[in-house]
Amino acid sequence: MKLSRDEVLHIARLARVGVTEEDLDRLSEQLSNILENFEILRGVDTTGVPPTAQSIDLHSVMRPDEVAPSLPAEDVLANAPRREGDFFRVNAVLEDSEREFSI
Amino acid sequence: MSSRSDLAALTIHEANALLKSRQVASLELTRAYLDRIQHVEAKIKAFVTITDQLALRQAEAADRRIAAGDAAPLTGVPGLIKDVICTKGVRTTCSSKMLENFVPPYDATVMTKLNAAGMVMLGKANMDEFAMGSSTENSAFFTTRNPWDLDRVPGGSSGGSAAAVAAGECVYALGSDTGGSIRQPAGFCSVVGLKPTYGRVSRYGLVAFASSLDQIGPLTLDVTDAALVLNAIAGYDPRDSTSVPEPVPDYTRSLTGDLKGLRLGVPKEYFVEGMQPEVDAAMRAAVAQLDALGAKVDWNVSLPHTRHALAVYYIIAPSEASANLARYDGVKYGYSYKETDNMWEAMERTRQHGFGPEVKRRIFLGTYALSAGYYDAYYLKAQKVRTIIRREFDAAFEKYDALITPTSPTVPFKIGEKTADPIQMYLSDVCTLPVNIAGLPGISIQAGFANNLPIGMQIIGKPFSEETLFRVAYAYEQAAGWWKKRASV
Repeated sequence: MKLSRDEVLHIARLARVGVTEEDLDRLSEQLSNILENFEILRGVDTTGVPPTAQSIDLHSVMRPDEVAPSLPAEDVLANAPRREGDFFRVNAVLEDSEREFSI
Repeated sequence: MSSRSDLAALTIHEANALLKSRQVASLELTRAYLDRIQHVEAKIKAFVTITDQLALRQAEAADRRIAAGDAAPLTGVPGLIKDVICTKGVRTTCSSKMLENFVPPYDATVMTKLNAAGMVMLGKANMDEFAMGSSTENSAFFTTRNPWDLDRVPGGSSGGSAAAVAAGECVYALGSDTGGSIRQPAGFCSVVGLKPTYGRVSRYGLVAFASSLDQIGPLTLDVTDAALVLNAIAGYDPRDSTSVPEPVPDYTRSLTGDLKGLRLGVPKEYFVEGMQPEVDAAMRAAVAQLDALGAKVDWNVSLPHTRHALAVYYIIAPSEASANLARYDGVKYGYSYKETDNMWEAMERTRQHGFGPEVKRRIFLGTYALSAGYYDAYYLKAQKVRTIIRREFDAAFEKYDALITPTSPTVPFKIGEKTADPIQMYLSDVCTLPVNIAGLPGISIQAGFANNLPIGMQIIGKPFSEETLFRVAYAYEQAAGWWKKRASV
């Protein structure tokens, strides 16, 4: 399985990670090599085998909905890169279809 | 009264005996370890943060508690915490630029438990960024050195924790293990490292890498200490819905030295191609010694799907990581790119500059494995082979109480030796990955040396059989005595 530069760019978009032109070249080669090592799984017969998402026999764990103190807002906001009053400050959330991906 | 240099490189049980009999105060012990850190840290580079003032305050509190006759085994004993575990008010970086200035507003459950036990925290340990790596070379800050040979890696990702224990910079340390990140560095630094059963120790406050694989566990000088730390940190936690409500036994009761009647299996697939002959020889000698100690050893065990574990792991772990690391968007905490007003560009640049190369490689790999058109071929397929690997272990544990393997196919490698080829680096965890895939407990203990470089032996058990692991590990450790040999730094 060979991953092209365009495919790597598609993944970068999905993952929301900016890349450089050199990143695309390097990652296309490295990821292709890694994917090659996954080919071994094709040879395993998994007919009728259920998938394992986690290894313990706990399902839909419930607990009582009890009132407990939350963290103070000041503590939670202490790590905020940008804040305004008791809020996290963010850039305007507007979809910009014209915008190019961050290369 | 001992001199300060005598006080370095103690075990927990030795330190506890000195503290309880009032031969040494925790303040004195803590100062001795801070001195030791001053003395060797420039060579080892195990600490991202040294919390000396906090440690001295905690030592004073511990001394008051000891004076009141209320000492637990860990009270007043200086330890080190891997920098992936949240410590309230103390910077927790994951050795990443992304979290370089992150100060958690809460404690991980293991910290709440250790603080209740009277811990003295000396600092936070270096690691591979976000626990992704096998050498600490992926730390965004610096590479930790192996105390047995400063030109070699300490293993990873809990390399800072392992190196600090081996160099006598702390009495014990906590690490985390997703594919071998406690056991492999323990083997590389000749200390004991335990990955508990998935669900045995709460993951609340452990910065998530791969949620179905991650576990916190101890790195210590000997097996007794590992049992003492597990006693303190194990147990159900309502804040981690994957922690299991099984009672926590006193693990020190398993330290009997008796192996009679125990059935041990040696799976041949772990003696892999590329394994160093010295590691092979050390393993054969160790298993022969277990046999001589009274265990019933079967050398002819086969777990044929072991060879698929690497591929399964490197699909599942990056897939889970790509989801877990989506939270680093530069809004609520962590590094934030501010040179733009565009929300998407800010997010993309934050993640581009905040994450290092290996973390990005795994995010890309996981995003790809989960993406439309590839999910069935990669992620779902890996989950099904995961089932087959689990079933193979289940079947083996019908016949054996524990399995014995090398911890790693090689002794510690040179710094820079494997950084150019990700697959070569991944292969150093080939013996430890299957244990996480199946959610089993595994312990690495000292099994000898090749040219003064450590060799580790791994003992694997069925879920919640930590007592069996301690029983085997302790009997071998006491008979073989490798743990007595310490690195000279």
